[in-house]
Amino acid sequence: MSLLDVEGLSVRFDTDDGPVHAVDQLSFTLADGEVLGVVGESGCGKSVSFMSLLRLLPETASVSGTARFDGIDLLAASNARLRAIRGRRIAFVFQEPMTSLNPAFKVGNQIGEVLRRHLSLSRADARRRTIELLDLVRIPSPERRVDEYPHQLSGGMRQRVMIAMALACDPKILIADEPTTALDVTIQAGILDLMRDIRERLGTAIVLITHNLGVVADVADRVLVMYAGRKVEEAPVHDLFARPQHPYTVGLLGAVPRPGSGRLQEIPGRVPSLAELPKACAFAPRCPRADELSHSQVPELREIEPRHFVACFHPGPNAEVAA
Amino acid sequence: MGFVDASSTLINPRARRRRLLRKRFLRRPLAIVGLVVALTFIVCAIFAPVIAPYSASATDFNALLAHSSRHHLLGTDELGRDVLSRILWGARASIEAGVFSTLLAMAVAVPIGIIAGYYRGWIDAVIARLTDVLLAFPFLVVAVGLAAILGPSLTNATIALGIGAAPALIRVARGEALALREEDYVRAAVANGASDVRILIRHVLPNMLSTLIVQATVAIPAAIIGEAVLSFLGLGVQPPTPSWGVMLADAQSYLSQAPRLAVYPGIAIFLCSLSFNLLGDGLRDILDPRTTR
Repeated sequence: MSLLDVEGLSVRFDTDDGPVHAVDQLSFTLADGEVLGVVGESGCGKSVSFMSLLRLLPETASVSGTARFDGIDLLAASNARLRAIRGRRIAFVFQEPMTSLNPAFKVGNQIGEVLRRHLSLSRADARRRTIELLDLVRIPSPERRVDEYPHQLSGGMRQRVMIAMALACDPKILIADEPTTALDVTIQAGILDLMRDIRERLGTAIVLITHNLGVVADVADRVLVMYAGRKVEEAPVHDLFARPQHPYTVGLLGAVPRPGSGRLQEIPGRVPSLAELPKACAFAPRCPRADELSHSQVPELREIEPRHFVACFHPGPNAEVAA
Repeated sequence: MGFVDASSTLINPRARRRRLLRKRFLRRPLAIVGLVVALTFIVCAIFAPVIAPYSASATDFNALLAHSSRHHLLGTDELGRDVLSRILWGARASIEAGVFSTLLAMAVAVPIGIIAGYYRGWIDAVIARLTDVLLAFPFLVVAVGLAAILGPSLTNATIALGIGAAPALIRVARGEALALREEDYVRAAVANGASDVRILIRHVLPNMLSTLIVQATVAIPAAIIGEAVLSFLGLGVQPPTPSWGVMLADAQSYLSQAPRLAVYPGIAIFLCSLSFNLLGDGLRDILDPRTTR
């Protein structure tokens, strides 16, 4: 029995230029204490998928499918019900630590607000717990930092505060949307280290949304690769890196810098517009393996080896396989 | 000791910010002049009974339309009332109308503007269009019309001025809320399960305060002039209660014999509204986050 079970999740935005299909029939599960990496280029629907689960998208989005969490369907739950889950059972960490804290309040009060609302702690208890949390995310001298304003903290520190706020109520799931993208590399490593630590110490399941495969290799147990709103591959992290099957995944891995391997490989072409869902493999126009079949049918997801799924007519680890 | 002081202000962010704001303020001489003059008027208004040499309605039949003298520094009017005393007492009506009508306008406009800007949708469309319609009428026309409906008195004039000033403030509050709802920390608060009320009060309102303060200092002088106009037209303060507008109206009949009767209250109105305007300009400069010097 998995912690979160999403089935047939589709998200459509109704814009002035017609509908945009951001996510199409996405299904996945998340187990207790698991770290799931979600990878893809910008605009492939990774953030949208997870924001839709907690109804955090603008009203122009229409969401369908089911998302079972703790016996309820998140997508069908009432607003009040969702509000009790947001931040309490499922918490979000956003990409922008510089702007995600309210500049008008001390960081301690902002974390305390979450504690007092969800756990009904007293002011003093909330403060004590806030200091503990700041210590947990390894902010030095938390007794002092608790009374500081966001502008007095560095970007890495603010991201730690955001994580502390997300962890405040000991959520079952922590969804981190590009938590390290806005930070410089040394700070990134620290944050990832913290994520690992959190999973081990608190047993929180973590969804790590990123476009950085290095980040995924570092902390994830399982990886979900998305392309143009669809899941194209899913595998345990070692299998994915050892034997990538989808040509898009192969391309992504080719774009990761490695010492001594010469010029980086790029994936030719661009992410397609999502105005209409192609009746074909969405990656076909950019794919060296694409053939008649790829252009005329949507590939089904197949289990190519245990727990390794791929949606491709010509799977295989090498770029040349069926070229 | 000096070292301890320095480190304590370094640690206390509020003290540091206050010091920064004070430094920026002190670098603007016009703003300081505005503050000093505005405070002078406020003090005069509050302590008029103590400061004023005579009662506002005390008549001196030995000195009708008198020129300035040792007894009457600014002379007397046609009934022998001391002009200086009347101006000091008259500050009360002006400051009262200016401050309370602005507070009323804020109390009405800010919730409406925030709700329109934060929720968008049809409620925003209705509020924004109504505001546009009201803004199409000049402020004073609205105020005069409302005051005429409500009946002449200082309270009603204040209410009329407050309601007349509200549309412009609704627009400002709505614009701020529109921008703030897109802020990452507002989105983060939603993701943390904050209720709408909490988001509006804790995250949206505090971050628009500096803009509102500046708007208030702009609205006050407009209301002060508005009060004078309403009183001049007989829609505001009723004689014998002194008000600069009433004094101007009374002075009309004696304009050729004693033009000073119109000049003094005119100067008072001019100085008072100018001082609040200068103060507002200064506050806008120092509170605007884009000017970080």
